[in-house]
Amino acid sequence: MLKLSDRTFQSRLFTGTGKFSSNQVMSQAIRASGSQLVTVALKRIDLQQQDDDMLSHLDIPGLSLLPNTSGVRNAEEAVFAARMAREALGTNMIKVEIHPDPRYLLADGEETLKATGELAKDGFIVLPYIQADPVLCKKLEEAGSAAVMPLGSPIGSNKGLQTRDFIRIIIEQSKVPVVVDAGIGAPSQAAEAMEMGADAVLVNTAIAVSDDPVSMARAFSKAVEAGRMAYEAGMGATSGRASATSPLTSFLDS
Amino acid sequence: MAFIDQLQSLSWGSIARGIQQKNNSDVMRALSHAGAGSLDDLMALLSPAAEQHLEEMARISQELTLKRFGKTINLYIPLYLSNACINSCVYCGFNHHNRLRRSILTPAETEQEARQIQNMGFGHLLLVTGEHPRKAGFEYLREALRQVREMFSLVSMEVQPMEEEEYRILSREGLNTVYVYQETYRKDHYGRYHPGGPKADFRYRLKTPERLGKAGVHKVGLGVLLGLEDWRTDFFFTGAHLRYLQKHFWRTNYSVSFPRLRPFAGSYQPNFPVSDRQLVQLITALRIFDENVEMALSTRESPHFRDHAFPLGITSMSAGSSTQPGGYSNEAKNLEQFEVADHRSPAEIVSTLEKQGYEAVWKNWDKALQ
Repeated sequence: MLKLSDRTFQSRLFTGTGKFSSNQVMSQAIRASGSQLVTVALKRIDLQQQDDDMLSHLDIPGLSLLPNTSGVRNAEEAVFAARMAREALGTNMIKVEIHPDPRYLLADGEETLKATGELAKDGFIVLPYIQADPVLCKKLEEAGSAAVMPLGSPIGSNKGLQTRDFIRIIIEQSKVPVVVDAGIGAPSQAAEAMEMGADAVLVNTAIAVSDDPVSMARAFSKAVEAGRMAYEAGMGATSGRASATSPLTSFLDS
Repeated sequence: MAFIDQLQSLSWGSIARGIQQKNNSDVMRALSHAGAGSLDDLMALLSPAAEQHLEEMARISQELTLKRFGKTINLYIPLYLSNACINSCVYCGFNHHNRLRRSILTPAETEQEARQIQNMGFGHLLLVTGEHPRKAGFEYLREALRQVREMFSLVSMEVQPMEEEEYRILSREGLNTVYVYQETYRKDHYGRYHPGGPKADFRYRLKTPERLGKAGVHKVGLGVLLGLEDWRTDFFFTGAHLRYLQKHFWRTNYSVSFPRLRPFAGSYQPNFPVSDRQLVQLITALRIFDENVEMALSTRESPHFRDHAFPLGITSMSAGSSTQPGGYSNEAKNLEQFEVADHRSPAEIVSTLEKQGYEAVWKNWDKALQ
């Protein structure tokens, strides 16, 4: 069971709401994924409107909303957006996304750290999206983040765990859950992250843009479960070397 | 170094020749760099040699666009505030030599137009004017922005170029995006099309995106008027301008539009007509050059072309547009700025998008974000 602050989750697959061909397809795919946490961009929903179409399609039993701050360019704007989300959506969970670079949507670590500290003090469950930077992850943990969300590769790139070596260090050092976010393009890549010991993965593009988002969501669900099960069972060590026929240390036994 | 200085080191003639000389293997190389090409790759993609790869370009472009933007198209609509203009651009319906009834919307009329548009469901509004600093200058625009700001999630402008400080103020007060098309990067021919008024100043116009970048405006829209000059060469310069801006103003988002002059009877005749096939080459070449840039296609284009071309790289489309001030509230016909070719209602556009498996996005920003 995954714990984020005081919230618990059976499913370790987090999903997103962008890029789907319709809200119906989005809703079906999220149901099929078994996901219990879905991130939604504040800028896409109409907070003034009671019957926002996207939100009504996310009214799924057992599913919690994780609003994100996509669109903000600094800590101050992120804090403002988070408070607005809390008030409008009645949740204290927030995914802090600060990317002043609109082209590759890469996170600003400095501003993210600042916003995380402020929001954690204000009682938020903060999940910051960041580069796979192990030092930044430790600082975020100290600042009160409930989890860290390092990227596997650039958002929407489907390239998998290009940051594998750094993710490994982050997992090894982290006291809070590690959620691999962004860049996961195939179920096998999600499984790999889970086998490495990631606590969860967040997948959006690979599901939304698939020809059959519902089947793809199901495939990811299975991959995440399989990867987690393998991690808990204890993976066999891999070795690149064959064992020598005449051991170098056999003289010690003679 | 300002872009204008960079422009001076690139000769139009040698770029045009370079594009013509690109061969099949140059195109193949450019295709292998899909998503992150160099300016040299862009030359190859714009070249005549690339024409025989059009199907492959379309396929790659569509894949890249889906990956980055998904199955969504942002919808926007223009609100023409004023057709008063002191420029005399030879291709434009608002040319101040044209005898047409000029109107500048009063605050009450602006309100009425904005309400009409809001009722259609739009969250993204584009304010448009001709250029008339005395009657529809900075203060007028500021007031209009103040008026519509609370009614829409995102407000953009396509108006006369302004000063950096003016942009800074407008940005602070809720302006998100500014479209400022260079029309052509061919400096020695620019004056032929823009013989009078402030727009005749090539330099001031070209430096506008840099002022926008310095002022912190979120998004800047670039483009050339297709048909004025050799489109291949003009688009190479658009690409060079884009790269320059991305390097110098990395916090700014960019969009490119494809306004095309059509050879309609009674209207300005393009010197270099761009065919449908060539426009598809342009759209896909730009996407393969840059997988993240936004691309807009307006109602200047026909339903047939828009329905088939949008999935090849486009990220936003206008719908239900009127290009005359007051056009949403009443039927009175002034001369339009350009001929609208796609007259379908927003609802019809949405259902066309749906049929092709795309979601029309009415809101992709929030007024709380600034």
